[in-house]
Amino acid sequence: MPPEIEAIAEQVFAALADPSRRAVLAALASAGPATATDLAARLPITRQAIAKHLAVLAEAGLVTAEAGERRRVRYRLCSAPMQVAQQFLAALARDWDGPLGALKDHLDREN
Amino acid sequence: MGFPDRIERTVEVAHPPSKVWAALTTAEGLGAWFGNEAKIDLRPGGSAWMTWTNGHRADMRVERVEEPAVFGFTWGIDGLPEDDPRRTYVEFTLEATGTGTRLTVVETGFAQLPEDAHRKAYEGNTGGWASELGELVGYLDAA
Repeated sequence: MPPEIEAIAEQVFAALADPSRRAVLAALASAGPATATDLAARLPITRQAIAKHLAVLAEAGLVTAEAGERRRVRYRLCSAPMQVAQQFLAALARDWDGPLGALKDHLDREN
Repeated sequence: MGFPDRIERTVEVAHPPSKVWAALTTAEGLGAWFGNEAKIDLRPGGSAWMTWTNGHRADMRVERVEEPAVFGFTWGIDGLPEDDPRRTYVEFTLEATGTGTRLTVVETGFAQLPEDAHRKAYEGNTGGWASELGELVGYLDAA
């Protein structure tokens, strides 16, 4: 297993564990790229705190900064790390016990 | 943290492999216990699908058909985009026992990260909706 996949998933879950960072990611997901100032206007979080969270999210590869002069830099959500985390969630959500139980019932019913 | 790549279950059923095989590899069987409706082209490379009354749909590609012992298929990973190249491989193995069949299902590939496929998916998605919307605007402007 590539070691980085676990590191990527871990960063996604660490980022999502914080309610303010969840709010920032949710805002970028629902309304598209935004500056720290835009986000501070929309969320009950100070601009300084937003900037700090954006730095953490950028470090984790969850957002990228678009080119632009300071204060007007727009941040954009990156979906690739989320998709890696989704693989982890898909494994946890995979239910074979249910279908196999249903298969047994189906075979018994056919007798 | 531990990223599970492989899921394995074994069940003993009181029916012969031929009967279990039919339940696993026919549209009637799959549509009765797994999905609510199913279709299958039972040959390596053949396609199959199952649908559920809640709207969920699974598209599969048949990979291994060794009646009545091994049936394998791949399908997409839940939550990933439909065109994502990553798929998990599901393999059913049927072994006759004195009283019926030992059925094992193994699903692997949850922790795959094909270097190029991931990069391709990543690059492909970087522009995402913004670039697609940009293309739409360009198209409308030119019309």
